[in-house]
Amino acid sequence: MKTLSLCFRIHQPMLLKIYRFFNMGIDHNYLDDARNRALMQRASAQCFLPMNKMLLDLINATDGKLRVSFYLSGLVVEQMRSYAPDALQSFRDLAATGCVEFVAGTYSASLAALADEDEFRLEAAKHAAMIKEEFGQTPTAFFNTALLYSDVIGETVADMGYHTMLAEGAKHLLGWKSPNYVYANPMNQKLRLMLRNYRLSDDIMFRFSDRRWSEWPLTAEKYIDWIDGDRGEVVNICTDYSVFGLWQKADSGIFDFFRAFVMQSIASDRIRFATVSDNAAAHQPIGVLYANNEVTWADEERDLSAWLGNELQNEAFGKLYAQREKVHSLGDHDMEHVWEFLQTADHFYWMATKWFADDGRQSGENPYPSSYEAFINYMNVLSDFINELSRRTVEKEKTRTEVTHV
Amino acid sequence: MRVLMFGWEFPPHIAGGLGTASYGLTRGLAHNGVEVIFVVPKAYGDEDQRFARIVNASDVEALYSGEEYTNELWKKVSFIQINSNLVPYSSPEEFSTLGETAVKDGEKKIRTGDAWRERYNFSGTYGTNLMEEVGRYAMVAAQVARDLEGQFDVIHAHDWLTYYAGIAAKTVSGKPLVVHVHATEFDRSGENVNPTVYAIERAGMETADRVITVSNLTRNIAITKYGINPDKVVTVHNAVRFAENSDEKIQRGLDDKIVTFLGRITYQKGPDYFVEAAAKVLKRVSNVRFVMAGSGDMMHHVVRRVAQLGISDRFHFTGFLKGPEVNRMFAMSDVYVMPSVSEPFGISPLEAMKSNVPVIISKQSGVAEILSYALKVDYWDVDAMADAIYALITYPALARMFSHKGFEEVTGLKWDTAAAKVKKVYEDMVATH
Repeated sequence: MKTLSLCFRIHQPMLLKIYRFFNMGIDHNYLDDARNRALMQRASAQCFLPMNKMLLDLINATDGKLRVSFYLSGLVVEQMRSYAPDALQSFRDLAATGCVEFVAGTYSASLAALADEDEFRLEAAKHAAMIKEEFGQTPTAFFNTALLYSDVIGETVADMGYHTMLAEGAKHLLGWKSPNYVYANPMNQKLRLMLRNYRLSDDIMFRFSDRRWSEWPLTAEKYIDWIDGDRGEVVNICTDYSVFGLWQKADSGIFDFFRAFVMQSIASDRIRFATVSDNAAAHQPIGVLYANNEVTWADEERDLSAWLGNELQNEAFGKLYAQREKVHSLGDHDMEHVWEFLQTADHFYWMATKWFADDGRQSGENPYPSSYEAFINYMNVLSDFINELSRRTVEKEKTRTEVTHV
Repeated sequence: MRVLMFGWEFPPHIAGGLGTASYGLTRGLAHNGVEVIFVVPKAYGDEDQRFARIVNASDVEALYSGEEYTNELWKKVSFIQINSNLVPYSSPEEFSTLGETAVKDGEKKIRTGDAWRERYNFSGTYGTNLMEEVGRYAMVAAQVARDLEGQFDVIHAHDWLTYYAGIAAKTVSGKPLVVHVHATEFDRSGENVNPTVYAIERAGMETADRVITVSNLTRNIAITKYGINPDKVVTVHNAVRFAENSDEKIQRGLDDKIVTFLGRITYQKGPDYFVEAAAKVLKRVSNVRFVMAGSGDMMHHVVRRVAQLGISDRFHFTGFLKGPEVNRMFAMSDVYVMPSVSEPFGISPLEAMKSNVPVIISKQSGVAEILSYALKVDYWDVDAMADAIYALITYPALARMFSHKGFEEVTGLKWDTAAAKVKKVYEDMVATH
């Protein structure tokens, strides 16, 4: 008997339009609205609406035995408000069942934890406020962007009042240990760590419809056997929500698989579902887990190299966060909005050069033909943003002095 | 005076300065009363034809049927076939077999009639099968020269791509040939010259009755590196054409000074030195932005270097710019820099000057020979370049002087004058021919 937590990430970056040098100083609308709308509506139609409906049906059919946790970035919620309000409503309907947990994270799906602790706290606070407003919950578990975790980040998260944090069950973190137990942060042992079982997660996230995979086709029975047979007490399966209907298309059978998996798990009494917070609270940590270096769920390395692995990424990241004080002291809502969507980690991910150009990982959702174009476009937007920050700051000062003189 | 001119590009379809220069020269020649038939591969149909009759090489049907005719032609173009080995028949192998037997044995063609009537379709840009096209173009050139017999007095070929065409036309028609050197292989590839290209260039210059170079810098290369007799090499500097002033109001959104590099981002153009100079200037002043407009094989390298130097919020890339965007870029610029490592002429500083932009050019450029109101630095001297940029953006009086005087100076550089010199070359050739 295992207690299983399903945690799904829902996020869509706000894509920048092609912003050229000639736009600078003149045009301060940076987003590709048409594309963002199209992507959001496609995700809504193919993934959010059908999957949420299925979850709702399954919760009702099992008398609430199915439990699920969600991390929704603030930016994806904003885009749902604009382009897919019915999808947002379907998440609210799930919240109303009491069987669905909304975990906290960063508002902008940012890597603020690496740049500035205060900004990280601000991102988390803003996100928690959004969850409260939209779904009526006060989150107790924390899902940092890309499961970015280290001892220090964990301590900060604990200090913010969270009891539970998700992290990648990376081999270099665990060594011989199993991810299927609750662990504790060494600096603040009250913080319970729930580790993602990446093998079982990747089975459905990447391999489900791969016919070259020796285990294809994956059936509910087989998957239940794997989960039940894995050493440990708690299992965390944590994937991007896009797996359902977007990465794995409906005709791959992913929806049917999921329904069968849930029904059979409950019927066979071999797997019990619990939200991340409940699951962590129900189990004593079996030990502390040390993470001196940052761990993420990205690639084989499971480190920062996907976002901050070359000079382009470091330059863009550094130049962005150097603006922090200016942004907050200006207190201009428009500028704060730009500040948020520029922080999204995806922008830096697209500047990576560690893969071969034709690697499938980079394609698909990447709007840029190359890392260099990603960098140039981002820097053009950022340069104009910096310029506009200075201009508005000067203007504000001027108004203030005029008011004092009057 | 009537001239049959072979080019590789013509506005608006241009990949480099060659098209712009041929157009300016053609206009100038027309004003000097010279008739020009300009042969260019793949004319798109929207070229400006007021001053030149454009013969599209792709439209010429080379007739290779008829025994007498075929044999005669084969003998006259034999030179081409041996060196360039490529003509677009059904397959290269078939061609070489047929070609060799035809030339060596004087045998009659095996195939006659429509099978030989082909319309060669040129891609018209610098591509992978360039050598093949150079050879094909030469074949067509021979046909053009034959078709237009009696309609021209001299042949004029621009750059190595068309030298074989010029030679072929000369062989067929017996008219004198002038080759126009806009750039040499040494300018394009440094010391790593492509031996095939070098051989074509040398053959062209040797066969020509006169060689026109765009600067004394290039003239020296022709004499020392290609061993051409100095007596037949003449320098005619390029000029710049004044387009009707567009009154388009450029909206300038940035208050900062803008320093521009515009050109292909390749080794020859020295983009690296521009970046290093930019970093030096940015250490001193903050109200300046640098723009690199263009694309090229060194682009990624340059982007990385800019990121390493930590100046990417002040150093911008625009990608490749086309006609109106180029004008817009000039109009937004406060300083134009051409740090070329090797530049036979370099027409872009003249275009900047006519937009009232002060220019900094490398001493290693041909255009440095004719300009007084341009700041000249060694391309490798990053400190001097940074100094010059700093001075032009910091001392308005200096910038104003270079802007006004530079404009006057460039106004005096007329294609009509350059064309008159070219016409003189034609006349000398015809007289001594």
